[in-house]
Amino acid sequence: MMGDLVGKLSLDAIPLHQPIIMGAVGFMALGGVGIAALITYFGFWRTLWSEWLTSVDHKKIGIMYIALAMVMLLRGFSDAIMMRAQQALASTGGPGYLPPEHFDQVFTAHGVIMIFFMAMPFIVGLMNIAMPLQIGARDVAFPYLNNLSFWLTTAGALLVNISLGVGEFARTGWLAYPPLSELAYSPGVGVDYYIWALQIAGVGTLLSGVNMITTILKMRAPGMTPMRMPVFTWTALCANMLIVAAFPILTATLAMLSLDRYFGMHFFTNTAGGNPMMYVNLIWAWGHPEVYILILPCFGVFSEVIATFSRKQLFGYTSMVYATICITVLSFIVWLHHFFTMGSGADVNAFFGITTMIISIPTGVKIFNWLFTMYRGRVRFTTPVLWTIGFMITFTIGGMTGVLMAVPPADFVLHNSLFLIAHFHNAIIGGVVFGCMAGFSYWFPKAFGFTLDERLGKISFWCWFIGFYVAFMPLYALGLMGMTRRLDHLDNPVWHVYLVVAMGGALIIMCGIAAQLAQIAVSVRDRAALRDLTGDPWNGRTLEWSVASPAPAYNFARTPLVTSRDAYWDMKRRGVAHRPFAAYRPIHMPRNTGTGVIVSAFAAILGFALIWHIWWLAIAAFVAAVAVAIAHSFNEHGDYTVSPDAVARTEDVYLEQLASQA
Amino acid sequence: MNVQTHPLPVATAPFLPDAFEGVEEHHDAGAITTLGFWIYLMSDCILFAALFASFAVLRGATAGGLSGREIFSLPYVAVETACLLVSSFTYGMAMISAEHERQAWVLRWLGLTLLLGVTFVGMEIHEFVKLIADGAGPDRSGFLSAFFTLLGTHGLHVTSGIVWMGVLIAHVLRRGLTEANRTRLMCLSLFWHFLDIVWIGVFTVVYLMGVA
Repeated sequence: MMGDLVGKLSLDAIPLHQPIIMGAVGFMALGGVGIAALITYFGFWRTLWSEWLTSVDHKKIGIMYIALAMVMLLRGFSDAIMMRAQQALASTGGPGYLPPEHFDQVFTAHGVIMIFFMAMPFIVGLMNIAMPLQIGARDVAFPYLNNLSFWLTTAGALLVNISLGVGEFARTGWLAYPPLSELAYSPGVGVDYYIWALQIAGVGTLLSGVNMITTILKMRAPGMTPMRMPVFTWTALCANMLIVAAFPILTATLAMLSLDRYFGMHFFTNTAGGNPMMYVNLIWAWGHPEVYILILPCFGVFSEVIATFSRKQLFGYTSMVYATICITVLSFIVWLHHFFTMGSGADVNAFFGITTMIISIPTGVKIFNWLFTMYRGRVRFTTPVLWTIGFMITFTIGGMTGVLMAVPPADFVLHNSLFLIAHFHNAIIGGVVFGCMAGFSYWFPKAFGFTLDERLGKISFWCWFIGFYVAFMPLYALGLMGMTRRLDHLDNPVWHVYLVVAMGGALIIMCGIAAQLAQIAVSVRDRAALRDLTGDPWNGRTLEWSVASPAPAYNFARTPLVTSRDAYWDMKRRGVAHRPFAAYRPIHMPRNTGTGVIVSAFAAILGFALIWHIWWLAIAAFVAAVAVAIAHSFNEHGDYTVSPDAVARTEDVYLEQLASQA
Repeated sequence: MNVQTHPLPVATAPFLPDAFEGVEEHHDAGAITTLGFWIYLMSDCILFAALFASFAVLRGATAGGLSGREIFSLPYVAVETACLLVSSFTYGMAMISAEHERQAWVLRWLGLTLLLGVTFVGMEIHEFVKLIADGAGPDRSGFLSAFFTLLGTHGLHVTSGIVWMGVLIAHVLRRGLTEANRTRLMCLSLFWHFLDIVWIGVFTVVYLMGVA
């Protein structure tokens, strides 16, 4: 009876005997209670609910995405530093401080969190903040769906964090390869947490992809032809097409894995005709495009940053667009390079080796375009530019080691070694993380109305930059010496010193993260001095800089007419930017709704119930989520009108600010 | 509303001249929703592609159990197929009735479509139950896992289409053939025909090729 009521859940699920886990849970709980107390103290709950959590405004949703990403960065980085400490301590024969089953969860959680709940929300957040403004739109195509997407992502992140305190997380590595992830070898709830966290967040990502593509295709301001779109918008378009084309494969693959686990099916089992390598093929058919989902928008950020701060039009705009499209297409025909060792034969390996090498050509085109943009420009070495230059150096190195491993015979030697780990961190930290940070410091004033403290921003960059090299160059060496990934302990004194150096690098990166947090705190404190009154702190080129910072809810008082690339720069050059209007028109705006929060809460409960086999709760939560969504469809008062007077009042304040700065 | 084909007005006017006044606040919501739904359908298409691919890989993996030739009954599946194909026709009639503002007929045709959809799902469930009773359940072999999952996913889609149709009937009864409801009719129409196309793939790849 009790079993029916709570499924597999019992008090034993809470790892009370594990001081490290309980410490982490306690720390998180304390942080949560602390934040809740602060919100209560400032009486912020009502505003938080009505202005933020239920908001359908793409700018606020973007900010919430990035807040989620930052929190998860801290969690994922804690995992990273735990791994580095364990390997440094356990490389001279000792057991270290983490038992193997915990170490395995740590590296799985690190990968899952950093990709799905740090990098993805960060990228989607940047796209939300900047893209609709760049194309001169009032909002995204489906504002309510946008809110739902965010909350579904958050529900997934929540499940991952719950797994820390209730039960366990997967011990399988971040892609949960079968047969290890099958019930026979992972009988616990860890893999189920993995599956449902990713499935729920994945739905959010997919909906967001549909939303963004529709927005870019349908909502551009008049005159913004495709070849006048800012490069960031182009990369957002391509990345979202990849989301729509790739995420369903992940959904299907994880669904098949769960059918194996829940209904005893035989998709990926060792027995009864199952085929584990089919999983590996399917998951990488999603996984490789995923890499480009993350990096393409970052390429877009670098393009915006480098053109703005070099005070020049982007060099080779057209080739940049075609390079982006090339990469988008090619990203679907390289997946097998993740497992050359499968043994699919020389012909197949050669095909995928060559396509992998080809993909570095459009990427190289981009690097040269950025370099030529800087050439003879008046480059201002602000924080976003430092991230961009750091990226160009680091990513080029990461790209070269990637091309090296694209040679199948070389890959047979390096497969699953630390050389691989160093390579993809080289690309992901040097590309995605640096890109996110560049975008963060570049668009922060647009989102919040004040710039970030430059000094701490630069300190953060140098810590990340130096820390990255100190942490990962030793891993290249270790990989060449034969050290494989995911070792919880080893007995090789020669490797010890490299691992200690790598640990030191991780600590330097930690200083970088601390500097970033300090940067935010200091900038909030000094916000009056850092105030961006013009809405255009960097002398920008694209439309997002043509409105106030932060942008009003309706973005543009009147829809801009685009007559060239770099539309805002062109307006400034012709002296027609910010001309006051004779009259404003009423603006239709979508109303905030709590439906997204509620549906996602039920989705999280559904996930939890499925993980613990609490069937009645799963059915109830599913029915409730569907019922709430259906009820929402009957509400046809989802919008309101901003009167011309209200628009005029808002715009007058901005025009006065502008005049005071002129 | 293809603004790009208009000759752009003189470059001195950075914002909309009067000629564009109509554009200012009006995005065609219906067209945007329909495009968004198309994009979603394409993603669904890829979901099915992944399942079809898995079925193709596992179709021979019978692990000593029953194979497609032994379990498929083509006449039965032909009736199922007929139900679904006819339901696409009846849905089309509902759309034509909506064009002609005949709300009562829209509801009748939708009701008939719904009935055919329920028949299809009922027949599929019956087939599943029978197979499981015969010891050919989804946990028997890789082939049967792939078979049940591909068909089950299609069946779940049809089921959610049926639920959606019920909700849509309520919408039309409540507010009539409004702009919003026409867009919904259009989206469900796309969904329903899409499932028909997927079923033709299933019929061909799973059943016809299975007994060949």
